[in-house]
Amino acid sequence: MSAYLLQRLLLTIPILLGIVILTFFMVHLTPGDAVSAMQGQMKMSAQQMEQLRQALGLNDPLHVQLGRYLMKLIQGDLGRSLFGGQPVALLIASNIGATIQLTVAAMVVAIVIGMPLGVLAAIKRGTLCDAVSVIVAMIGVSIPSFWLGLMMIQLFAVTLGWLPITENRSARGLIMPAAALGLAEAAIIVRLTRATMVEILNADYVRTARAKGLLDHIVLWRHALRNGLLPLITMIGMQFGTLLGGAVVIENVFARQGLGTLVTQAVINRDFPVVQGCVLVAATMYVLVNLLVDILYVVIDPRIRYS
Amino acid sequence: MQATDAMSQTAQQPLRAGNTPIALRPGAKRWHNAFWRHRSLLVGSIMLSIILVGVAFPSLFTDRSPVVMNIRDRLQPPNLVYPFGTDQYGRDLLARVLYGGRTSLLMGGVPILIAASTGCVLGLLSGYYGRWLDALIMRVMDVWIALPIILLALTIVTALGPGLVNIMIAIGIAWIPYYTRMVRGAVLSVREYSFVEAARVLGLSDGRILLRHILPNIIVPLIVMSSMGIAGAILTGASLSFIGMGPQAPTPEWGLILADGRQFIRLAWWIGLFPGAAIALTVLGANLLGDGLRDWLDPRMKL
Repeated sequence: MSAYLLQRLLLTIPILLGIVILTFFMVHLTPGDAVSAMQGQMKMSAQQMEQLRQALGLNDPLHVQLGRYLMKLIQGDLGRSLFGGQPVALLIASNIGATIQLTVAAMVVAIVIGMPLGVLAAIKRGTLCDAVSVIVAMIGVSIPSFWLGLMMIQLFAVTLGWLPITENRSARGLIMPAAALGLAEAAIIVRLTRATMVEILNADYVRTARAKGLLDHIVLWRHALRNGLLPLITMIGMQFGTLLGGAVVIENVFARQGLGTLVTQAVINRDFPVVQGCVLVAATMYVLVNLLVDILYVVIDPRIRYS
Repeated sequence: MQATDAMSQTAQQPLRAGNTPIALRPGAKRWHNAFWRHRSLLVGSIMLSIILVGVAFPSLFTDRSPVVMNIRDRLQPPNLVYPFGTDQYGRDLLARVLYGGRTSLLMGGVPILIAASTGCVLGLLSGYYGRWLDALIMRVMDVWIALPIILLALTIVTALGPGLVNIMIAIGIAWIPYYTRMVRGAVLSVREYSFVEAARVLGLSDGRILLRHILPNIIVPLIVMSSMGIAGAILTGASLSFIGMGPQAPTPEWGLILADGRQFIRLAWWIGLFPGAAIALTVLGANLLGDGLRDWLDPRMKL
């Protein structure tokens, strides 16, 4: 197990390295460098721009710049913001907590709503209850989360006054953003849970369990759902990336502090180091969550042994 | 159910010598059956057709311009003159939603065209030639897919700058690895069939085998994935243009109309309702169509 873990950890290194290189080239291989982006904000003469380019090392060949970026990255240095000059690592550190809170809360919303509904639909397959949950799930995946957020603000904050629109450090302030972000995910989980459970409930071992007289709920929770968990957590791991992307938009809707608002502002300012840092951190989180999912397999399904 | 279908077919249709029932126009019959049996296909295509007509011929429904302001009529609730009401500048919301649909649908179609064609080429090469080319392409895709779509698109927008064309390129690029992986998987299974081997034995060129023998066999999952992809791309495009990365005002576009009017939603609910509902209904239509196509064309496919 620990050998597998080590191997799996080592395998993430080339992926992360690849992400660094890919984002680096995407940001750098286009016309208009960081200095001309800064020019928009503060007036500089051509000579000053040239000096700044020299100072930032933008005149060096790309691979030299990449090498320098990687060397700094190993030391935890993500560069500095082109506007204000704060270290990118510091900016990310002060914003990442709020984003993790939001995505985890949204995931909880999605699982708490999605899994029971999916199981229910599978048990009552072919009934009205099933049809309704399938239709609701279909509508759920089609509603844009930012629009849902806007409508929730209108209803719960403006009209009814039950919840605050923006409260960065309170649980109450998290309810609406998490719900707006999580409901579409819930719909996806309903669909997958239903499909998985329908298959499992027809499996031989479930029939055997029923035939030997086990109670329905034991068959469901111990035999069926446990086997259905594997595809489910695989998908939840994959959906984490979608949630991170969705958080960018939702944070903007609710004017919440977080990586999303940070990266949006940086994209508009063409603040390359900040964008690159944020994307890198988000992708790293995504890769690590999927690593965690792989490890969870062993916990959930003892038949899986890695050696 | 199926048995009765088969029976009624034999009862209605002329019989050939022997006992094999044949339909007069098999193609038409199959289409007809498919539509009625797969309700999501039917509902999805009806919804999309209505939206497409509205978006393609906005002048049938309104003779107003989506950009001309009329301050005297600002923030009018829906009425007979303005069925969807007006926004904070007195622009007709119906016209804005209809004309805006052009941009929004474009943002759903073009990126998927970019992603599906590029992904298809990469997947064909990767699956057919295998070896180092496969390893190289798939490792690059592993990295690519580790970047969440919206974040990858944002990175590209940083480099290219915001705008309609750039956002379509960005979303398209972000979607490539999903198509590459799917096409590669499909090619790997098709490659094993003996008709491919036969074509090779006959001495056909690789290009011809790929285009004439392998591509037609993977076109079904490609179509299904694309119709669902369009739904996803419309959502992503609207989200990104809502946060200001897409087309700029006063271009009508569903996400942008919402962003533009968001301060006024508390005064005028219709500004929030109609553009959002347009996105949701279009995406729902495309999703239903995709679901229906999958059930009809390939019931075993898991997407």
